[in-house]
Amino acid sequence: MSALTKEETEALIQEVLEVYPEKAKKDRAKHLAVNDQSLEKSNKCITSNRKSLPGVMTIRGCAYAGSKGVVWGPIKDMIHISHGPVGCGQYSRAGRRNYYVGTTGINTFGTMNFTSDFQEKDIVFGGDKKLAKLIDEIEVLFPLNKGISIQSECPIGLIGDDIEAVAKQKKKEHGKTVVPVRCEGFRGVSQSLGHHIANDAVRDWVLDPAAEKETAYEASPYDVAVIGDYNIGGDAWASRTLLEDMGLNVVAQWSGDGTIAEIENTSKVKLNLIHCYRSMNYISRHMEEKYGIPWIEYNFFGPTKIAESLRAIAAHFDDKIKEGAERVIEKYKAEYDEVIAKYKPRLQGKRVMLYVGGLRPRHVIGAYEDLGMEVVGTGYEFGHNDDYDRTIKEMGNATLLYDDVTGYEFEEFVKKVQPDLIGSGIKEKYIFQKMGVPFRQMHSWDYSGLYHGYDGFAIFARDMDMTINNPCWKSIKAPWKQEVANDVAVAASA
Amino acid sequence: MALRQCAIYGKGGIGKSTTTQNLVAAIAEQGKKVMIVGCDPKADSTRLILHSKAQTTIMSLAAEAGSVEDLELEDVLKAGYGDVKCVESGGPEPGVGCAGRGVITAINFLEEEGAYDEELDFVFYDVLGDVVCGGFAMPIRENKAQEIYIVCSGEMMAMYAANNIAKGIVKYATSGSVRLAGLICNSRNTAREDELIMQLAEKMNTTMIHFVPRDNIVQRAEIRRMTVIEYDGTAKQANEYRALATKIINNTDLRIPTPITMDELEDLLMEFGLMDEEDESIVGKTAAAE
Repeated sequence: MSALTKEETEALIQEVLEVYPEKAKKDRAKHLAVNDQSLEKSNKCITSNRKSLPGVMTIRGCAYAGSKGVVWGPIKDMIHISHGPVGCGQYSRAGRRNYYVGTTGINTFGTMNFTSDFQEKDIVFGGDKKLAKLIDEIEVLFPLNKGISIQSECPIGLIGDDIEAVAKQKKKEHGKTVVPVRCEGFRGVSQSLGHHIANDAVRDWVLDPAAEKETAYEASPYDVAVIGDYNIGGDAWASRTLLEDMGLNVVAQWSGDGTIAEIENTSKVKLNLIHCYRSMNYISRHMEEKYGIPWIEYNFFGPTKIAESLRAIAAHFDDKIKEGAERVIEKYKAEYDEVIAKYKPRLQGKRVMLYVGGLRPRHVIGAYEDLGMEVVGTGYEFGHNDDYDRTIKEMGNATLLYDDVTGYEFEEFVKKVQPDLIGSGIKEKYIFQKMGVPFRQMHSWDYSGLYHGYDGFAIFARDMDMTINNPCWKSIKAPWKQEVANDVAVAASA
Repeated sequence: MALRQCAIYGKGGIGKSTTTQNLVAAIAEQGKKVMIVGCDPKADSTRLILHSKAQTTIMSLAAEAGSVEDLELEDVLKAGYGDVKCVESGGPEPGVGCAGRGVITAINFLEEEGAYDEELDFVFYDVLGDVVCGGFAMPIRENKAQEIYIVCSGEMMAMYAANNIAKGIVKYATSGSVRLAGLICNSRNTAREDELIMQLAEKMNTTMIHFVPRDNIVQRAEIRRMTVIEYDGTAKQANEYRALATKIINNTDLRIPTPITMDELEDLLMEFGLMDEEDESIVGKTAAAE
């Protein structure tokens, strides 16, 4: 199927909106748009970061998910307490594949669930005493922890538990950082506010207090921090390698495979490198304002974007680093040329629709294009308009943009656009596979990955190929429903 | 006789608990079986019946035992004067936790454990002064109290509160069978108090069911942790509570209230000289500017 024109895409949006009641139609219309590269600002065409409509299927998360699941959870040598009833922590435990090095339960705690397991009496009488006891027990059972964060679940905000007082008291008693985070799930319209709250807690309880202390820190002119890489399947490791290869000194990883000590040192770096802008632009802006640390966004998906990003990063440094960047690009050239030579012929012209979270709806476009593929529709679960501003230029004209897309809209778009591949999450996966459309989970890399860096690109290309060109898709149609022409051909060959 | 469930609301400090316990003692005196459910973390709704400082509450027992599921009915239910059954929901100290959830948990526990047995003629819920959240509206939800009595006096804030409570009742009256059954005027000896409350009641589409005069014997009994009925059954005040009890036993006048607007309430207060005409020209002016 050939690409849709601008008019056809507009008509498609109208057709999909048709089933909604008047009010819902009016609201949803603002979240669906036809891409137009000539626009400078996305607010001319799309609205985002608004409350989802009741009654539609939305796949958004909550503020707790944004704070505990995304920002804080991967800091591996801290213990993150899910404060409230047991479910929030237990059902999200170890779900995000933030890889880390360490001995779990001894000096790292990433895949464990710590919770205050609220009961009726804790709601009525308050949970602060239980929280204090829990922290004391943690100190006895897991003495090598480097700090504790208290991640608030919904009831904490409702009953007004004074977690700040407990945090201050326990910090004094145990001499370790204890961070209260007010990320109650009912706050905000999606997990996005949770990222912001988590950033603010890092700022107030870790980064700024550490900056005021005298610490042993050996500065170099090449100190950088990787911000907003959560090391899904090992992404941050492949990124770090490239940066170190070009001569930079990676002081901190925020927060995949990260430690509290790295975070404490970040106020001393020369440049912040931001991968996931959505979840960590807040802290980067703060460091720019308070410590004068500039920041740039980069993209380590696919060789074209990697090369662009390496050069852009190098431009902030001296010739040594600039040469380093060229050297790295050259070093891996044979490797990624081979990947392209192998997979591009198999994937050329294939069309992709994406619907993901923080940065991927725009960041992975380049990697697909490196393989000769085209992204014909994309959207963010919880993006803001600054995300769409950055997306317009990456997408072709007349392609589809959909914000906080509903289950119904996504299905209808797919039926009409007929992409060769969909990249989205677990909740979409089985619906589209049952419709016979090849699908990759682009939150968890479908339990594969890593996908960042040159190493990741090879795996990315292989995964897309084995999904799209999997022989199973030829068996989707029942034999008795095959077209007559086939039958004739079979008969003739018999 | 079918079980009648009544809830007593009113401004904090108006005398809800005292009035409720004296009323309940008078009802019990007439041979009725009554239960009091205290819905206030202070747990002072049963002390005059039990002669105790404060009854051990459902929530504090539950916290000790682990959860409410670990409790038995006899642990929380105590019988006092006139075989009145007493129970307190309990709740946290001021400033922590969620007292409203305590009320919900306690009442659910009583229901599940069968505290509302067929022998009972009346259940009275004595509810914390201000209905600050859904938990304190628990007693007037579906299948709970259907008659609400509001204790008030001729003071301005008591009347404001009564009117606000009526607004809350309207919400539940339209979705269920809860009704306003009358205002109990607990006198503060203000001028023309009975007339004022009767007029307020009429505007709110209800009646002043009884005017309870002020009498120091109530305080004398209270120091002894007793109701007037028990302390001195021959006292004049005891007869007042008996009259109130009889009126409530015979009351069938249950209505959906019509809360009045702020302006109407202010007009009423001005008519009775409790409030002066507002002078709009001085609003927001400092002493210096005047």
